[in-house]
Amino acid sequence: MDAKRMKEVLTAGLLKENPTIRLLLGMCPSLAVTTMTKNGIGMGIAATAVLIGSNVAISLVRKIVPDKVRIPVFITIIAGFVTVVQLLLAAYLPDLNRQLGIYIPLIVVNCIILARAEMFACKNGPLLSTLDAIGMGAGFTAALLVIGSVREILGSGTWMGIELTSHLFSPAAIMILPPGGFLVMGCLIAVVNKVSLVRTGRRAIAAQAGQCSGCGNAEGCAGCASGEGEGGKA
Amino acid sequence: MKELLSILIGSLFIENFVLSKFLGICPFLGVSKRRETALGMSGAVVFVMGLAGMCTWMVNAWILVPLHLEYLQTIAFILLIAALVQFVETVLKKTAPPLYKSLGIYLPLITTNCAVLGSALIHVERGYTLPQAVVYSVASGLGFTMALVLFSGIREKLETCDIPESFKGMPISMVAAALVSVAFFGFAGLVLPG
Repeated sequence: MDAKRMKEVLTAGLLKENPTIRLLLGMCPSLAVTTMTKNGIGMGIAATAVLIGSNVAISLVRKIVPDKVRIPVFITIIAGFVTVVQLLLAAYLPDLNRQLGIYIPLIVVNCIILARAEMFACKNGPLLSTLDAIGMGAGFTAALLVIGSVREILGSGTWMGIELTSHLFSPAAIMILPPGGFLVMGCLIAVVNKVSLVRTGRRAIAAQAGQCSGCGNAEGCAGCASGEGEGGKA
Repeated sequence: MKELLSILIGSLFIENFVLSKFLGICPFLGVSKRRETALGMSGAVVFVMGLAGMCTWMVNAWILVPLHLEYLQTIAFILLIAALVQFVETVLKKTAPPLYKSLGIYLPLITTNCAVLGSALIHVERGYTLPQAVVYSVASGLGFTMALVLFSGIREKLETCDIPESFKGMPISMVAAALVSVAFFGFAGLVLPG
């Protein structure tokens, strides 16, 4: 196993295949617990812990488990790790546990964890699966951190509980209410789309330079480009 | 009776599962592109959620609590829901082929629908009685249905709109969901007895 492949696996989850923003998995916790940055990070770390445990366990038993019953087996393994995390949180971080509430047991049905079990851990060894879990968990945590920060700063004028904007503007409470979650999530995905559009767009334009005037779709192209410009302003 | 009614109205409008509790977002965004699929999915969800609400209540009150095994709640509930979905699928296949045909493809997806496990965990947390738990689960399922069907109408309209390239698809759906969620805030002023 070469170092390059390991690095690839580790970094895939951060941006290229970010589970929340690119693959749109695990939406429920990403929207529900990000009213405060601290809760978002707590949720991210709890889910990462479960993901590492379940990925390693599943990659170890992948050759023993018959194909037909693999989903129930995976879910049981995941539920076991979730219970462990839940009990640990209740014992050592009771405040966080109370604020995350039912979203901690709901990590069981977080699609990221089952998706990684299905797509990665049941095909790869324990070492690669650990790296994958760390990468994906970090990507999930990072996404929650960004969403949580935006919502907390705009919605209550604080960040991690530190007063930030008391004199600049009065916070818009709607950002920490449910609609704000959808709004921030939508804008975040759009920004990431925009960045990747600009990147691929540049390459495409470079490739097509000089051919555009003769092309029958020239008008459509121009319309497209102006549409992108508007997107950027918004 | 009054209490059951206030649970029904409350979970339909005020704490709608999708729009204010963020449970069941994946199917909400995944199958809301067309109204027919939205109806199919939500029919299956209401059915399974009602059954799951009843079964999880019984398992919790008659097995887990007497044996002091409450910490196994998460594992027990998710296995119960998975088994229930499998059972419903088999029964429907044998007894009601037309219904199976229309709901069949949605059933396996329900196991990992967090609304089902969520409603089970919430009714235990609130200490509902059996009828209250069943009403709560069914009403939450209906709330999910309502959100899904309303939203599928909006998404059908969105398809013909001129949307900036980077907002196409999921981002604009999220923004639309935010607006629907704002609309549901109007119900927050309802004062319920009990």
